[in-house]
Amino acid sequence: MTSITTSADRDSGMPLYGGADARFLRRRALWNRVASYLLFLAAAASVLVTVGIVYVLIRDSLPFFAKVSLLEFLTDTQWTPVFENARFGVMTLVSATLTVAGIALAVAIPAGLGLAIYLSEYARPTVREAVKPLLELLEGVPTVVYGFFALLFVTPLLQTFIPGLSGFNLLAPGLVMGIMILPYTASVSEDAMRAVPMGLREAGYALGYSRFRVAAKVVIPAALSGITAAFILGMSRAVGETMVVAIAAGQNPNFGFNPLEGASTITAYIVQMAMGDLPHDSIAYHSVFAAGLALFVITLSFNLVGFFLRRRFREVY
Amino acid sequence: MQRQLNTLMNEQFDDIPAPLGEASPATELRAEVRNLDFWYGDTQALKGVNLRVADRKVTAMIGPSGCGKSTLLRCFNRMHDLYPGNSYGGEIRLFPEDRNLIEMDPGLVRLRIGMVFQKPNPFPKSIFENVAAGLRVRGINAKKPLDERVEQALQGAALWDEVKDRLQESAYGLSGGQQQRLCIARALAPQPDILLLDEPTSALDPIATAKIEDLLTKLHKSVTVIIVTHNMQQAARISNYTAYMHMGKLVEYGVTDDLFTAPREQMTSDYITGRFG
Ligand SMILES: Nc1ncnc2c1ncn2[C@@H]1O[C@H](COP(=O)(O)OP(=O)(O)OP(=O)(O)O)[C@@H](O)[C@H]1O
Ligand SMILES: [Mg+2]
Repeated sequence: MTSITTSADRDSGMPLYGGADARFLRRRALWNRVASYLLFLAAAASVLVTVGIVYVLIRDSLPFFAKVSLLEFLTDTQWTPVFENARFGVMTLVSATLTVAGIALAVAIPAGLGLAIYLSEYARPTVREAVKPLLELLEGVPTVVYGFFALLFVTPLLQTFIPGLSGFNLLAPGLVMGIMILPYTASVSEDAMRAVPMGLREAGYALGYSRFRVAAKVVIPAALSGITAAFILGMSRAVGETMVVAIAAGQNPNFGFNPLEGASTITAYIVQMAMGDLPHDSIAYHSVFAAGLALFVITLSFNLVGFFLRRRFREVY
Repeated sequence: MQRQLNTLMNEQFDDIPAPLGEASPATELRAEVRNLDFWYGDTQALKGVNLRVADRKVTAMIGPSGCGKSTLLRCFNRMHDLYPGNSYGGEIRLFPEDRNLIEMDPGLVRLRIGMVFQKPNPFPKSIFENVAAGLRVRGINAKKPLDERVEQALQGAALWDEVKDRLQESAYGLSGGQQQRLCIARALAPQPDILLLDEPTSALDPIATAKIEDLLTKLHKSVTVIIVTHNMQQAARISNYTAYMHMGKLVEYGVTDDLFTAPREQMTSDYITGRFG
């Protein structure tokens, strides 16, 4: 305001540092402070909630770790919390979780990248405009639908050419979960690819690159940090996904990585226990929190790996 | 430098006919634009352009903003084919084979005609891999020829001494002027027949500009250069021929010295004396 006060204004009596300007500055300073407090509160609230959840997880799993040693928790290959002779090897659940997530990523990475490349580099604008909302629609399908799809359609279909496949297995939910996270990974990767400046593509074409070479050698490397983020988040979702596995993978805690057998994942176990009414001081009750803590650690480490991968890739280029 | 260039021009230009004069033996021409029209969708951006590009000379294109310089330049490597709705009319004949590049496969055209853009656009790769990119796509992947030709191209772009100890580092660590010379090296490495440059120095400071101009005056002994520039001093300093464009038409084309000292058209004269544009 002061900067646009010309000498002519001053001659006509408008004060330069007088009442009006001072009031303006005071008001602006006040609003700045209020806005920054409000924004800080919003940020602090989300951090507090996260810290609170972690706190509860740790607090309620402490009684569990008082009875089961961390070593047993991490190395035993049996998970039988309600048996007479209860065993608590969380790797039993972790192995099933990782198997399903691995299968899901084996579907979602190539298909998601392919779809993203197609949409961003090959598709005509009209096709892209039609497909993008479709993907978002797919993202909105409730996961319970995917679960029944895996159990009642994919498993029987697979059984026609994989005779040894159990009715509950890890393969079908893995494949379906891959399809489930595909729209998300494809659409986030596509956003990252489209953010690559056109000038970079033109540089590739000007050298005689084919469309595919431009995608593979120019666009993907340039969009890599966004693409990694997409797949890490997809992985986190696969690890944390509950409905599909609870419905189609069975609830039998089995250690091992055989996709043809059914097995309980961490999330499936938590949901199973949460639905029963366990006495609040039982070890089985506290094992739910310990399992939740394990899930939290796995997801957190994927996010950390993603963070460092992204940093590393950025440094290479 | 300027004197050197002038004598060079006077000596070597005697045997080249005036660019718009009688038809010359095809071998002295690198390319000839014949009646070229170009449309962005329904908007006509080029109207009946005729232009003869002499072999291993620097041809400059000048004219007011929006007159179609970039559009014409980008016809030479079919850049417009990347975007839907664009269309060409007329011909750009390539010599000595005498083929119309508007009808060739764009990929083939681009393997022979390199381009440097207004904004430096190195790939997110190492310095070495940037220069090697155009070689790899042509099937040159063995270490020795790659090393040799990358060095040669970087020497040619007057960048070798500055980067020879950091070839494996990211190209994004270079200054703007260095990045632009890297892009020139990248375009030169595959030894294109024609090098297109679209205002290559407009984003650079005077020192970096001088380096690139110096480089271009040396370059044209081995490669045919077509350069778009807003800077008339630059056109005068480095080009052998200059084309003046206005509203999608080529108004005047001639030996650079003639065009700047004795323009035939009033429009050209107005533009170079700064009366509009
Ligand atoms: N992608 C496009 N779609 C539609 N019209 C375009 C497009 N690109 C350029 N034009 C139009 O074509 C004409 C020529 O543009 P061009 O970019 O070739 O001009 P120029 O001479 O290079 O200008 P400058 O000196 O500003 O770079 C202009 O009128 C411009 O508005
Ligand atoms: Mg331009």
